[in-house]
Amino acid sequence: MSEKIVIDPVTRIEGHAKITINVNDSGKVDDAKLHVTQFRGFEKFCEGRQYTEMPGLTARTCGICPVSHLISSSKACDELLAVRPPKGGRNLRRIINLAQILQSHALNFFHLSAADMLYGFDAPKGDRNIFKMMQTHPEMAKNGIKLRAFGQKIIEELGGKRIHPSWIVPGGVSHQISQEQKSNILEQIPEAMDIVKGALKWYVSQLPKYKREIEFFGNYKSMFMGLVNKHGKLEHYGGMLRFMDWDGTILDDGVDPKHYQQYIGEYVEDFSYLKSPYYKPRGYKNGMYRVGPLARLNVADSCGTPLADEAFEDFMNINNGKPVLNTFYYHYARLIEIIYCIERIEELLNEPETMSDNVRSYASVNRLEGVGCSEAPRGTLFHHYKVDKTGSITGVNMIIASGNNNLAMNAGIKQAACEFVDGANPSDGDLNRVEAVIRCFDPCLSCSTHALGVVATKVEIKDMNGKTIKLIDRV
Amino acid sequence: MIREKARVKTFKINGTDVTGKSNQTILEVANDHEIKIPTLCYMKGLSCVGACRMCLVEIKGSHKLIPACTGKIKEGMEVETETESLKKHRKFILSMIFAERNHVCSVCVSNGHCELQDMSVELDMKHSSVPYIYPKFEVDASHERFVYDPNRCIVCTRCVRVCNEVEGAHALDIIDRGINSKIIHDMDEPWALSESCTSCGKCVQVCPTGTLTEKGVSSAEMVKKKSLIIDLLEARENRDRK
Repeated sequence: MSEKIVIDPVTRIEGHAKITINVNDSGKVDDAKLHVTQFRGFEKFCEGRQYTEMPGLTARTCGICPVSHLISSSKACDELLAVRPPKGGRNLRRIINLAQILQSHALNFFHLSAADMLYGFDAPKGDRNIFKMMQTHPEMAKNGIKLRAFGQKIIEELGGKRIHPSWIVPGGVSHQISQEQKSNILEQIPEAMDIVKGALKWYVSQLPKYKREIEFFGNYKSMFMGLVNKHGKLEHYGGMLRFMDWDGTILDDGVDPKHYQQYIGEYVEDFSYLKSPYYKPRGYKNGMYRVGPLARLNVADSCGTPLADEAFEDFMNINNGKPVLNTFYYHYARLIEIIYCIERIEELLNEPETMSDNVRSYASVNRLEGVGCSEAPRGTLFHHYKVDKTGSITGVNMIIASGNNNLAMNAGIKQAACEFVDGANPSDGDLNRVEAVIRCFDPCLSCSTHALGVVATKVEIKDMNGKTIKLIDRV
Repeated sequence: MIREKARVKTFKINGTDVTGKSNQTILEVANDHEIKIPTLCYMKGLSCVGACRMCLVEIKGSHKLIPACTGKIKEGMEVETETESLKKHRKFILSMIFAERNHVCSVCVSNGHCELQDMSVELDMKHSSVPYIYPKFEVDASHERFVYDPNRCIVCTRCVRVCNEVEGAHALDIIDRGINSKIIHDMDEPWALSESCTSCGKCVQVCPTGTLTEKGVSSAEMVKKKSLIIDLLEARENRDRK
């Protein structure tokens, strides 16, 4: 008899989700789906508010990456004002955005994902967490916490507080930084760099143990999207969009993010509150693309900083210079991006304009529509606002980084479920592998549906009539 | 001289002997003696209306609570300002003020510079003890330089009073009653269409919350010039003396 396996909730991710695995009469997995189960409605309740409040309001979408929302939102507001922030303001925004990416990547790698690699996917679930790591590998756990703290401290140093700083505003940032703040950040850089280099070395050394996971954790052909700068290098703040096919063919380049709706459609499925963005020229489903660290490294010609480029070269050799398709390597890309972030933060801090007191442009509403785009830790983030001439918001559309990966995440869990899950007798380790595919993407689901709630996921097994025959609660 | 002396009244606040002129309020005398009584609608230089009820005090022998900002002093009266019962009442009133509108400090332009927020800290109000109503008010951003957000209004009427008593325009007033009370411009028109508003901005500076703000400010950026009214009134008085 056909069955449905439910993993509910999916654990060690940001936000709520459940996975359903459909098993056919012969006990084989037919399909698997990721259900994002909450709705928050930021787009609706922001209507009527002043545009100046949008960075503060939309930052509340997330407690992990509020800075990313502050950046995209402020950029959308810059468009409404028709101003470009001064170089000092742009540099400072870049620094805090990189610090955000760094801390979030450190959180995913050390706190959420490393336990799977440290103890194996079949280890008892009570062991697959950072608390066990503290007992068995205290140095590694400490390093993870230190690295994340480095990013968080930069956010606090610049923005005044670690979560939801109000420093990033339409037109730039609210005030300049002092020499003392600059020195405080610079002096922590060597230790942070040592930690991430060590982590990358350890990760690479573990790869031979996980050949099967590498092969079947969302290893499929998909397009990739990300921002690149005018030289085609890795970019997280400005730049233009690049769409790349699975074989490295550039499909669209130099796309101004404000024209995103010409390239990205958003499909609504009845099984999830998370919309499914797709590349419009190829239509829904065929237009599946991936964003985030793996996609950013795939679409970029290089990173543009020395140490990150060294690691980037090894990374690109995985698939002989072609885009890396294995979702398992998101972790690899994440670590390379941390190196890049540290190098770029140092470079930007040492640019003289960064210390300028000219950090903000002032204007009132000059345009009635604006799009802001930046690279969040999990991928490309869009904020699109419409206002009336008094500056009151009349329309909002947000495509959250994790949302871009919705089709890809579904494809990934289907592949992993088909490969690892025995429908007749699903083991905890196999179900953990299905969840781990989601963890590779590091989705922030509460952001992407704008959901509210506790971090958690479920797996559900259903028969061919849709009846749930097994529900596995992962809390 | 004898008549002058007779105008001074002596009474007790929290057991301490204090003196004040017969035309003074309990709050004024308390302030003169550095006895702190919480206030929200009170502002030095403006008339007192007893709107917020934060300054309620107990008078020995009376079962009624009196707002200190409007209560005149009486010879021999005994005033208590910090009893447990008063603290409880003030906290409950503050809860109701919060519940009546949509006060979301974290995203408010006045975050960190808000008298309502300060009051909740002062009175140790961590949660509202009454359910929130979540009314839906439209923001009036029609004015070129200012924004009026009734969602954050506590109807203290400082803006109404400053406009009438200091600016002399009386562009602001209140419509409706009780929980539905709302500040309006002229005959409830958009701010930009108000013919009596002089766009002086005094209402913005006296507003204790993020209700009346300058345009273009982001979260936590609205810092008000609290001493503006007193400075202005003193400057006028000095000018008149000359």
